[in-house]
Amino acid sequence: MDLQELLEIGQRERDRQQQKKTRIRCCTAAGCLSSGAAAVKNNLEAAVSAAGLEDSVEVCGVGCLRFCGRGALVEIDPNGILYEEVSPAQASGIISDLSEENKDREELPLQGDLNHPFFALQMPVVLENSGKIDPERIEEYIAVGGYQQLHHVLMEMTPSEVIEEISKSGLRGRGGGGYPTGLKWATVAKMPNGQKYIVCNADEGDPGAFMDRSVLESDPHRILEGMAIAGYAIGANYGYIYVRAEYPLAIQRLEKAIQQAKKYELLGSQIFDSPFDFKIDIRVGAGAFVCGEETALIASIEGKRGNPRPRPPYPAESGLWNCPTLINNVETFANIVPIIREGSDWYASIGTETSKGTKVFALTGKVSNTGLIEVPMGTTVRQIVEEMGGGVPDGGKVKAVQTGGPSGGCIPAEFFDTPVDYESLLKLGTMMGSGGAIVMDEETSMVEIARFYMEFCRGESCGKCVPCRAGTVQLHALLSKLLNRQATRADLEQLEALSYMVKETSLCGLGQSAPNPVLSTLKYFQQEYLDLI
Amino acid sequence: MQAIATETKTSKAKSATTKSIEGDKRIKLLDITMKRNHYRQDALIEILHKAQSSFGYLESDVLEYIARGLKLPLSRVYGVATFYHLFSLKPSGVHNCVVCMGTACYVKGSDRVLTALEQELGIHVGETTPDGQISLMSARCLGACGIAPAMVFDGTVTGKQEPEMVLAKVKAWRLGANGNSPMQE
Repeated sequence: MDLQELLEIGQRERDRQQQKKTRIRCCTAAGCLSSGAAAVKNNLEAAVSAAGLEDSVEVCGVGCLRFCGRGALVEIDPNGILYEEVSPAQASGIISDLSEENKDREELPLQGDLNHPFFALQMPVVLENSGKIDPERIEEYIAVGGYQQLHHVLMEMTPSEVIEEISKSGLRGRGGGGYPTGLKWATVAKMPNGQKYIVCNADEGDPGAFMDRSVLESDPHRILEGMAIAGYAIGANYGYIYVRAEYPLAIQRLEKAIQQAKKYELLGSQIFDSPFDFKIDIRVGAGAFVCGEETALIASIEGKRGNPRPRPPYPAESGLWNCPTLINNVETFANIVPIIREGSDWYASIGTETSKGTKVFALTGKVSNTGLIEVPMGTTVRQIVEEMGGGVPDGGKVKAVQTGGPSGGCIPAEFFDTPVDYESLLKLGTMMGSGGAIVMDEETSMVEIARFYMEFCRGESCGKCVPCRAGTVQLHALLSKLLNRQATRADLEQLEALSYMVKETSLCGLGQSAPNPVLSTLKYFQQEYLDLI
Repeated sequence: MQAIATETKTSKAKSATTKSIEGDKRIKLLDITMKRNHYRQDALIEILHKAQSSFGYLESDVLEYIARGLKLPLSRVYGVATFYHLFSLKPSGVHNCVVCMGTACYVKGSDRVLTALEQELGIHVGETTPDGQISLMSARCLGACGIAPAMVFDGTVTGKQEPEMVLAKVKAWRLGANGNSPMQE
């Protein structure tokens, strides 16, 4: 494979697509598939051939179309129509509506408003191809410029120039911690030459978060290309993607993508006839939340129990099989290609002083418009929840938004004008997390939510260190005592003291952050706790 | 604790039970998987996945077989099999019913769905009905938060579930089972 061939594949695919006047895009991400998207797509295909429109209409499966709460979604390109809650029976109606003379409005599904703030305020960078290309065909990824940045990096940049570019962009880890990505890459690159590894953390365990799943299901090649660029920059020739087993479709699409990339020699030995080799393997998790923690994840890839270990040494120095290992989250790798393509200055111009670029959120809970959104850093919580999300259905009142999953906290409604960036959220006592944003209304009891998360952490604690293993059990018992209205003021004081103890003495991130939902709700909704005494 | 107790019991009767998987066609599948992974010890989790998907659960003979194949101590194989939630050492029911207990589903009432199911089936989450028909489980998050509350019926994800809909589904399963074999109820 050389650049000429790559460009030709892209051109052939674009020519193929242009032969058809209309492209009907069916969302085939996991959310819509659960709402019958496969049958919708089949019926649309059947209706197209029944109407004899094969020459001008193409039905294709694409990645996430964002509005996950209203699946199955179908988009008509170039007409700019988005159909919501499409049932298989409505397929023929959609097709007959394409030809002007045959209008039968009654059979048509609901139409979505693409100018609604839910769509209008989005800024697709990570999700630029999501909902546009068929994730199961590498040709479509190549047709939108795929793998050209890998070529550019291999031919025209030195590894240190790549790291410099990523550092200048200001990209920070999207898994929640927000560690500067360029700095992490530089640390691994500085380690002595020898075996090094790239690991993509796709163990998206936070309940209520599905950004990484959507990216993997909608645009898997972008992750492969990002990982290969990272491999070149730090001197690694092997990468692992650690995916949770709960995402079978993501695993299947990744496997397919790796196969196709190998076939086109975009992964493997001497990529683009350069001396650079890069291979990627998938490792499937087995349902342990703690494996999202990097040292536990390494143990799991090595086929062991997912127990974390103390750091330092950090994985950058001694990770997988004691070799220097670069671990980044899915969304972080998804940002690499656009940064290389558009330049670090462009990327750094998006967002706030300390948090650059965009962030993908999974907006769920008691909110009218649930789905996947990508907004520039610095967008306010109010814009996300009220404008894009449309507030609580049936006119209820929003009470708080929970971010960061079991490690995070909540943002009460009075702080909704806070811009979303790493520092502002930390100041409020929560965190960016991987990007789950769960809206809660007046009916939601915050103490119950705190207990819900504590139950989660109690079950997911690996049991290695005492503060986390025993502390989460005690915290859960205290919260249950409160909810059973048997607690005293002394119990409440103990709850707070024990929370700080667990936070400060646990071994890994799971235990250190497990009390956050309690502390955060105690801070903002203390009255709810007092009312239970 | 219970699992460990049954474990020791079955290993005492080893000579008798090892034969039960000898010549089993599914063992061949396991062999192929181990071979494809070059008997590498770090492929343990992949191989356990394969074993569970072909046997339905990880019985102690299978764990021993894998330990021997990968030249790992049985304690290590057992340790890994019990650490991860998705591996089960007990057979599951004919039908599987998984309630997603992720935050988005919880906020939208999946706890009510779970309670209704527990009452209807007379078992707790993580258990199988005494007739071996239905297993009730919960998941941390299916990533299908857009269609909360979500459930998985025999591997099919279904969204926007209410207690009544779920109970109807489970009742239909039971009726189906009644038609084929008498049930004690």
